Amino acid sequence: MIDVADEATAPVGATASPATSSLTTVAGRASARPAAAGPGGRRGNGASLRKRLEIAAFVAPALALLGLFVVVPVVRAVQISFYRWKGYGPLQDFIGLDNYRRVLDNPEFVEAFQHNMIIVVASIAIQLPLGLAIALLLNRKMRFQGVLRTVIFVPYVISEVIAGVIWYQMFVPGEGIIDTVLDKIGLSGPEQGFLGTLETSLPALVAVLTWKYLGMAIILFLAGLQGVPEELYEAAQLDGASWWQIQRRVTIPMLGPTLRTWAFLSMIGSLQLFDMVWVLTGGGPANSTSTMATFLITEGTKRSNYGIAAAASVVLFVVALVLALLYQRFIMNRDNTTTVVRRKKVSR
Amino acid sequence: MSTAIAEPRGAAAAAAQNRTRGRSTNVMRGGSPLIYFVALVVVAFSVGPVLYGVVSGFRTNGDLVLNPSGMPNPWVLDNYKGVFSNPDFWRYTFNSVAIAAITTALVVICGVMAAFPLARYQFRGREGIFTIFVAGLLFPATVGVIPLFILIRDMGLSNSWWGIALPQAAYALPLTVVILRPFLQAIPSELEEAAQLDGASRVGFFWRVLLPLSGPGLITVGVLAFVGSWNAYMLPLLLLQSDNKTLPLGVADYSAEHSTDIAGVFAFTSVAMIPALIFFLAMQNRIVSGLQGAVKG
Repeated sequence: MIDVADEATAPVGATASPATSSLTTVAGRASARPAAAGPGGRRGNGASLRKRLEIAAFVAPALALLGLFVVVPVVRAVQISFYRWKGYGPLQDFIGLDNYRRVLDNPEFVEAFQHNMIIVVASIAIQLPLGLAIALLLNRKMRFQGVLRTVIFVPYVISEVIAGVIWYQMFVPGEGIIDTVLDKIGLSGPEQGFLGTLETSLPALVAVLTWKYLGMAIILFLAGLQGVPEELYEAAQLDGASWWQIQRRVTIPMLGPTLRTWAFLSMIGSLQLFDMVWVLTGGGPANSTSTMATFLITEGTKRSNYGIAAAASVVLFVVALVLALLYQRFIMNRDNTTTVVRRKKVSR
Repeated sequence: MSTAIAEPRGAAAAAAQNRTRGRSTNVMRGGSPLIYFVALVVVAFSVGPVLYGVVSGFRTNGDLVLNPSGMPNPWVLDNYKGVFSNPDFWRYTFNSVAIAAITTALVVICGVMAAFPLARYQFRGREGIFTIFVAGLLFPATVGVIPLFILIRDMGLSNSWWGIALPQAAYALPLTVVILRPFLQAIPSELEEAAQLDGASRVGFFWRVLLPLSGPGLITVGVLAFVGSWNAYMLPLLLLQSDNKTLPLGVADYSAEHSTDIAGVFAFTSVAMIPALIFFLAMQNRIVSGLQGAVKG
């Protein structure tokens, strides 16, 4: 594998323009531009070969790791998805698209897919307005700001497993803190607990995910707000704009790229959701909280249907890819125009 | 875990766009009581469950059942003592530390090596290689996990530290390269020219100038890799058994096996989250500014 990666990088270096090294640094500084191909003179062959070797040697370990443990498994997943395979021995039992049919016709998978979609939409629909509102309110000089930002980060830093175990205990029907508090104010949760009841398990999961990831959204939005040039506020204030008008007309539009990037990453995260579900509910009760990831792990490791699991993972990948492309096409590309404008402003 | 890794990428991407602009002191000054109230609610919402877990670790199980919403009565240390005298806890911790350390070393070394030519060499195909890393960002770790499990098994690395650390490092590399490249690009070219005048080669410049100057960036990606590994669940779940389990697996096991000893579960859980919490929070400013791609000499 390492050899392959080596060879893959070497030709890249081979075509490199043998620009003199001082030019290299100047060009390297102007990194925003695409790599200039340069009129390829071939002077300084020894230096160029040396440079090629340097590039190959520096990049090879990372590319080798990436190739072996990220690319190869995905390619293998595609391959395995065409076979009936129990995890041992050679791939022999070729069954074409049968595994895909078994996945797509399987109501369990369709349900899991729907849960993923609900979580994608709910995460963005809840965390975007809530995170934005909190970030706008907190975006000012105030006491304890450092402490505040640190504390907001806490849920994000804790592993999903640990957070999941704590929330699981809080959700325990009857004796858990949530039921106890509800009891005190004269309400009562479902008899089987929020996580154990069909109708409430998915909303409960979404609530825990909101707790886990809202802080990260706030931190990102606050970081984005730091980048809004102060002159804009001053200009708007001089024009007599109210606080709300400034947020509405100046701040939020300027924050657009941050919000869109965050929403994109939130979406990708929601599609892959596994850890929290596995700890909180294991996908139950009656698959009411299953996700595509819990489906494929269950099929693969518990039922040893590796072909079906591989097909499910390919479907997951295609879903993520299609959504990512659609998102890039219809939402992210708005950034191109705004970014240019902003860059100009910055560069003065 | 996959999601946890995914999120900071937003910081990288968002920050990359912001990094050219100066940090503005905010126009909106002062804080009305409403603001402090909102802040308080957010804080309570964020740390409430965590504090509840920590405090519940000081309860007796009877107290936990009878009075879960009040303060512990009495406060007991037995649960925490139990955790620290539990050999399994130390074994899990040792495994977590070892795997996280190997992962971090791999990520930082391979990452900065790859980022160096991508940041400071001029060659055709540079953007192409960079795009490979960017594309790696968008690969859901879940997609390859079943074949990865089989690959690691066939390599004879299942149930070993390296079997977890190698793929984790591979999945952490794209983010690392994406964060480090602007970092290395931002180091002034005058320094490189000065180094060349002094007779340093490009590699010499890398060793003597670039590496020492990129400390903050390396710490950022290192902490992200360490915490990512510390918190990882899916891959260890598939690959590690018995003595080689990491803390998250241990916590999940302990929670499942001691369902009657809830106070003990809380204590175990609380202790398990402390290292990542301290590590990350101590480095938080550096991480946020690192994500923003700022070089602070």
